[in-house]
Amino acid sequence: MSYVPHTQEEIGQMLKIIGISSVEELFKDIPKSLRAKSFDLPPGMSEFEVTGRLKKLAAKNATGLVNFVGAGFYDHFIPAAVDALVSRSEFYTAYTPYQPECSQGWLQAIYEYQTIICELTGLDVSNASLYDGGTALYEAAMMAVRSTGRNKIIVDSGVNLIYRTMLYSYTSNLSVEFVEIPVVHGQSSRDELVKHLDDKTAAVIMQNPNFFGAVDDHSDVVEKVHKFGALAIASVYPISLGMLKSPGEMGFDIATGEGQSLGIPLSFGGPYLGFMAAKQELVRQMPGRIVGATVDTDGKRGFVLTLQTREQHIRREKATSNICSNEALCALRAAIFVALIGKEGLKELAEHNYRNAEFAKDTLSKVSGVEVKRSSPTFNEFTILLPRPANEVVYRMIEKGFAPGFPLGKFYKGMDNYLLVAVTEKRTKEEIRKFSDSLEAVL
Amino acid sequence: MKLIFEKHKEGRRGPSHAKTGAPKAKGLDPKYLRKKDTNLPSLSELDVVRHYTNLSRLNYSVDTNFYPLGSCTMKYNPKFTERIALFEGFSDVHPLLPQLSGGGVLAQGSLEVLYETERLLSEITGMKAFTMQPMAGAHGELTGVMLIAAYHKDKGRRRKFVLVPDSSHGTNPASAAIAGYQVIVIPTGKDGYMDLAEYKKKLNNETAAVMLTCPDTLGIFNPHIKEIADMAHEAGALVYYDGANLNAMLGKARPGDLGFDVVHINLHKTFGTPHGGGGPGAGPVGVSEKLVEYLPISRVVRRGDGTYALDYQAHKSIGYIAPFYGNFGVILKAYAYMLRLGREGLIEAAEMAVLNANYCLAKLKDYYDLPYDRTCMHECVFSASRQAKNGVHALDIAKYLIDRGYHPPTIYFPLIVKEALMIEPTETESKDTLDAFIDVMIEIARLAEQDPTKIKEAPLYMPVKRLDETKAAREPNLRWRP
Repeated sequence: MSYVPHTQEEIGQMLKIIGISSVEELFKDIPKSLRAKSFDLPPGMSEFEVTGRLKKLAAKNATGLVNFVGAGFYDHFIPAAVDALVSRSEFYTAYTPYQPECSQGWLQAIYEYQTIICELTGLDVSNASLYDGGTALYEAAMMAVRSTGRNKIIVDSGVNLIYRTMLYSYTSNLSVEFVEIPVVHGQSSRDELVKHLDDKTAAVIMQNPNFFGAVDDHSDVVEKVHKFGALAIASVYPISLGMLKSPGEMGFDIATGEGQSLGIPLSFGGPYLGFMAAKQELVRQMPGRIVGATVDTDGKRGFVLTLQTREQHIRREKATSNICSNEALCALRAAIFVALIGKEGLKELAEHNYRNAEFAKDTLSKVSGVEVKRSSPTFNEFTILLPRPANEVVYRMIEKGFAPGFPLGKFYKGMDNYLLVAVTEKRTKEEIRKFSDSLEAVL
Repeated sequence: MKLIFEKHKEGRRGPSHAKTGAPKAKGLDPKYLRKKDTNLPSLSELDVVRHYTNLSRLNYSVDTNFYPLGSCTMKYNPKFTERIALFEGFSDVHPLLPQLSGGGVLAQGSLEVLYETERLLSEITGMKAFTMQPMAGAHGELTGVMLIAAYHKDKGRRRKFVLVPDSSHGTNPASAAIAGYQVIVIPTGKDGYMDLAEYKKKLNNETAAVMLTCPDTLGIFNPHIKEIADMAHEAGALVYYDGANLNAMLGKARPGDLGFDVVHINLHKTFGTPHGGGGPGAGPVGVSEKLVEYLPISRVVRRGDGTYALDYQAHKSIGYIAPFYGNFGVILKAYAYMLRLGREGLIEAAEMAVLNANYCLAKLKDYYDLPYDRTCMHECVFSASRQAKNGVHALDIAKYLIDRGYHPPTIYFPLIVKEALMIEPTETESKDTLDAFIDVMIEIARLAEQDPTKIKEAPLYMPVKRLDETKAAREPNLRWRP
């Protein structure tokens, strides 16, 4: 059942040239005592059988639910052209473009991707991708620790709890100190953030829109962060950047985020795309591959992997990161997605997300017992306060065909009755109305 | 080729994908809004399709060219797994669904895939349990070293050092350092094995772990491997298995039986998932019994009634290393691949990979120096030292191969071999392909003596000639600007 092309005759010829009489002799260096004690696997299956089995498993997942769950991972539309182009096997069966002359397609695509990330974030330089938004944020934090020589990091608790937990897990054996600042009414608490700034602070990490969906302009905080010689790091949602002030415009030094919303399927949590952009002066602290433009011996433009002295295959234990494989194909998806919707299309997409969410807010606010929290402006996600624990409501709403949102009590103490609702461009007016009616019915 | 930004046409629009029936809403306060417009391109759908289709044609790939890039296991990626990953039942599932109350039933299919893959990998490697979360091999290494750190901390042991052989992948020392350890490098002996005397000298009660690749990056199986592991255990250290080269070991030897405590597997190497131009991969980590309780949150468990659930109870866990359950789409393809090949197919894959590597070795060893002349496993490592005397370096050989339609082997790695050419043909390449490649390699060896400039000029027939990498690094141009 394997994909081996050899005929028995060829195997015989090859063994003869090697000078042995059986394939088993190739493994003579593995002593008997070290041989596999067991290899109890099922027999092979036909393509038809495997496909059938997995089709059955796919059918065990719920796909018909109308989705209002976001919490950092969003149900956006993916144009068919994205799938078609990343299915070109000249892209997906290649490896990291170590040999530039036979990898110009990939290298140019990544150079373009880097430009797109810079344009979206309003920053100077980007890398070729990281694993996901959480590991990208961790890498940004470590960049700040290295470049400032300090080890205290202030984190706004409006940053996705999943990412904060990842930050703490990764640094548990390092001497990095985190100070977490609680949000007030769902928004960054500026006085508290600023109060903790000192000459030991390497960075302040904020998220926009934050986990509760609140939109903010952090320019004032960033200015104060810089007064203490620390770096400001933003975790951002790329679709929102079609509308919202960019991290660059607010003065942030590093922006990271989850790129899943840019043409990458939800796919039960991965593969996703960690993106990162930074100010020019931080480029040599960046993790991962970076593509640069150069010229060939005829002076013709071409692209190569560059600034590689940062990387593990050259610097080994002194590298800026251990990353080797990244999420190139997801970065390609993001680049194609942005190219397809274009400059105006991205603004329009952001506008439609915003409008749908505002419409949902208005509609839901008419449901008796539901309070739409309006203490902060939002983009496409917002919180509602229910008269009962959100967990119970979620359960009932699933029965009615909705994935109604994320219960905040899971991540935040004392917020058991709060539900975080995301409304992307995919949700129709009718779905929003039905959602509201169903909520009324279950409450 | 023009950049996509250089194809921008002001006013041109692709078909709109966003549509809303919602009324126009009161806008946000301008202080929250973007002031500076982006310089993203405006193009038609055909513009974009043609751009990326034409870019794809500038790449070598497994589907278009022989790609014997050593250590990367560029085997054929079966097409049916791509189709499976696109099933809506898999691709459209939000990762938070099973975390909602009553949501467990919503992702039973995906949870079963994760659980079953973990079981298969446990049997293949002889490890007790796996986490599927690491998103690449190096990410698995970091996870593995974090597990080792958590174990020592929990046992109240103060350990400072991680030992790695000088033949290791760069990610090994980088991962150990990033997890907070100091790295000590152990040299390779003349026989191609890690120097045991040096190892004994460096191993002590401050050693947290030793990280080994098996077969190693020279493509050699070290018969002392168990001894090395036993010595580490006696010193209270743990033993890490870099599974980058697991393809050669399927059904032959298992890291669990060899005494390893932590293993990472590159699903994109051994289990046939595509490398995607650099990623995504997946780097599941397997552990021995004593490390199970430290595995990342969450774990997939099978309940008595045959259903699956996520277990968040893990007091000694290293915490979150990924937002969810790993690169599910990649894991799914690897699972399909394992089911398809089954026991016999996986063993055959290992055997034929090793046969192909030894065939290349036998056919080329008269023409290239072979620093460690012995039966190899999945890959063979030559040195171009003989050719370098005539000014033809490994890099030149690589460029000439490109002109002849071959992706070059890995060059200049492992670092311990001068002018290294690391050839990993994989099991899916036919004898005809290998013979044609070998002929070109022999031709290069001849040209190196008779007409070296011909090699040094290459490539002549690619979209670009040799590129100025020094200029790229000295005057970084990392993005387009209008």
